[in-house]
Amino acid sequence: MSIIFNHVNYIYDADTKHSSYALKDINLQINKGEFIGIIGHTGSGKSTLTQLMNALLKPTDGEVYFEGVDINSNGYNKKELRSRVGLVFQYPEHQLFEADVFSDVCYGPKNLGLSKKEAELRAFEALRLVGMDNEYYYQSPFDLSGGQKRRVAIAGVLAMKPEVLILDEPTAGLDPKGRDEILDQITRLKKETGITIILVSHSMEDVAKYVDRLIVMNQGQIMYDDTPREVFKHAESLQESGLALPRVTYIMHELKKLGVPVDTKAITVEEAAMEIASLLRK
Amino acid sequence: MGIIRTDKLAYEYIRRDEEGNPEGITRAIDGVSIDIVPGEFVAILGHNGSGKSTFAKHINSILHATEGTVWVDGKDVADPDNVWDVRQTAGMVFQNPDNQIIGQIVEEDVGFGPENMGVPTKEIWERVEESLKAVHMYKYKDKSPNKLSGGQKQRVSIAGVLAMHPKCIILDEPTAMLDPGGRKEVIRAVRALNQVENITVLLITHYMDEVIYADRVLVMDKGRIALQGTPKEVFSQVERLKELRLDVPQEILLARSLNEMGISIPENILGVKEMAQCIAQEYFG
Amino acid sequence: MLRDITIGQYYQEDSVIHRLDPRVKLAGTVLYIVLLFAFEGIFGYIMAALALFIVVKLTRIPFKYMIRGLKPVVMILMITVFFNLFLTPGQVLVVLWKLTITKEGIIIAGKMAIRLCLLIISASVMTLTTTPNQLTDGLEKSMGFLNKAKVPVHEISMMMSIALRFIPILLEETDKIMKAQIARGADFETGGLIKRAKALVPLLVPLFIAAFRRANDLAMAMEARCYRGGDGRTKMKPLIYKKEDRIAYAIMMGYILILLIARVVCGLR
Repeated sequence: MSIIFNHVNYIYDADTKHSSYALKDINLQINKGEFIGIIGHTGSGKSTLTQLMNALLKPTDGEVYFEGVDINSNGYNKKELRSRVGLVFQYPEHQLFEADVFSDVCYGPKNLGLSKKEAELRAFEALRLVGMDNEYYYQSPFDLSGGQKRRVAIAGVLAMKPEVLILDEPTAGLDPKGRDEILDQITRLKKETGITIILVSHSMEDVAKYVDRLIVMNQGQIMYDDTPREVFKHAESLQESGLALPRVTYIMHELKKLGVPVDTKAITVEEAAMEIASLLRK
Repeated sequence: MGIIRTDKLAYEYIRRDEEGNPEGITRAIDGVSIDIVPGEFVAILGHNGSGKSTFAKHINSILHATEGTVWVDGKDVADPDNVWDVRQTAGMVFQNPDNQIIGQIVEEDVGFGPENMGVPTKEIWERVEESLKAVHMYKYKDKSPNKLSGGQKQRVSIAGVLAMHPKCIILDEPTAMLDPGGRKEVIRAVRALNQVENITVLLITHYMDEVIYADRVLVMDKGRIALQGTPKEVFSQVERLKELRLDVPQEILLARSLNEMGISIPENILGVKEMAQCIAQEYFG
Repeated sequence: MLRDITIGQYYQEDSVIHRLDPRVKLAGTVLYIVLLFAFEGIFGYIMAALALFIVVKLTRIPFKYMIRGLKPVVMILMITVFFNLFLTPGQVLVVLWKLTITKEGIIIAGKMAIRLCLLIISASVMTLTTTPNQLTDGLEKSMGFLNKAKVPVHEISMMMSIALRFIPILLEETDKIMKAQIARGADFETGGLIKRAKALVPLLVPLFIAAFRRANDLAMAMEARCYRGGDGRTKMKPLIYKKEDRIAYAIMMGYILILLIARVVCGLR
């Protein structure tokens, strides 16, 4: 009931002098029901990793298994795989094309060969799950705001009823409020449906407070794979690989540098305040 | 008189339905008056749709005001004779790095502006060199922009504007599409231009951590200026910022939480180091 | 798949071919193509292949990389070969149902295939070794005389240059949208012609929207950087012939001479 990567390599432009490893010897297991964040700077290989999960890319070496079957073996039904492992690309609103929101969301289920009625039922369900009101259903998707377009695009993938939902940079280009709304919606979705969710992002701050497990990618390899709190202990090496920690975590590390015997593990403002307060009260 | 000045600037456009019939009028900018002095670093914050980008596009006459006036270095931008002077004085960097690089090679792109202005060949090369050096991109001068990271592309765009020798640079959400590393690179380059070259900077963004070092922050909402002042003044208004759909720096929130717990820490300290120093002082007495 | 198209893309390398004046490369390519059609005998082809081989070696671009650029045109190649093979009258060799293959057909189809391959590789050598800016500068300068006939030479070459600059970006975009729709169960590869054409709608609509958005952004960025057409514009890299360029012209002349002498004196074609 999981996705497994076994010694996976992925090489770009293999036959030119520009050939380079996008991924190098990746071993990974993703279990059913997990809420995972994959973090890394641009070019760290995180997008390649997600595209390998639903066979949009084929590994140069190694195997990717879904529920125990090699997804790149001959005769494997990739279309079915892609409906079970749903992938929402970065700026997914750029893939919208139908005249109205509702038809666009129906596109996925229809491709699966479902009846019109079943496709529409799924579209309703998916739009409800992303929190879109009925009044928008028959509007052109191009007239919506950036945040709403993105919800529609996510619904387009959800309507295929995936068991695993991968979201590549779901908050890119949104303002702080839009970002919080989308992430809250995803968390609610996770609670309501219990599906496996993989959030891909370059922002620690966004993802850390939502996920249970954090995978940090750096130069095509897995750098850390642990709970957010454990990962954040490596503040300096994370910063070196171009990632940003929550500002409070930086404050705690800075305090320690100044000689204050503070525990640096805080990742939220509340935790940091408690820690500092208990110190100052002594 | 300021280098950029606007007086009761307003911009309206007609909303149309699917058949193209007018539905109503949207007032995207609604009476904005600002005055930016030479050498200043001014940041405009605002959520998406607050009118901040629309406002910026008036300054170098890409959009034309419905009401009010904009002056750049004393010249009215509405006067067609001033357009090219204005665009040279106030250079603009846009959000999407891929959609503003014209050259296929870094140095050719940086030379595009001076070429358009009719600068002699020898001087173009000098300008390209100094501009690329100013943003630390000189060693990439003969690379294809497609091979650069987002942050590097934006620095090339900044160099492209610098080569026109502007007095002022307007950056319209230059970091919105970048990762944290790229954001840091770009903001560092912008601050250096302001401090070393003394170029006036107008930075438009929705990331609060980029504006901490600005001299002045303007917060826009519904086409108006909702809040303005020094970063400290603006960021201490936590509730108001949340209403305006913006983030508040965590150091301010931390100070607030500590105060609620009965520990007195000033609620207007900005910057990670500054905050840590303040708490350390409290600790060591 | 789409990343494989190499025509129109620049491959950065420091070679003697890269350094040549774009006008030399333009003239060379045009000349090469003309000669390819003028000398269509075995000798002509051997010379053409040899010349191209030497030039390709000089560019230092991996040959494999260049060959990949041929893949997208294989379809066109097949169609041409097919028509020539079956529709040329002459000495009948094989009859397949209603189609006949003639000796002349085989020869013409073979020649056509060789010619097309050489033509495409030579054209891609030019674009791989010349940046679009150089290319358009070269075109602008060598076509300058058309200005007098009110042909907007500068505008046309600027449009070309921008088109070339955006080819890789739009290809990447196409690839991304395609993948996004495949992830939603789209099928671009099976079914009849009508089904396939229909399947392209979810790809083409977003692609056009993206292209217009980019065009709009780019126009704005160009205006903001004082672009106002070709008048009063100076050049960062004005074109001046160097020693290498003169040598290249001399080599081209030599090449023509060899072909001519071979034809006139030895009767080789």
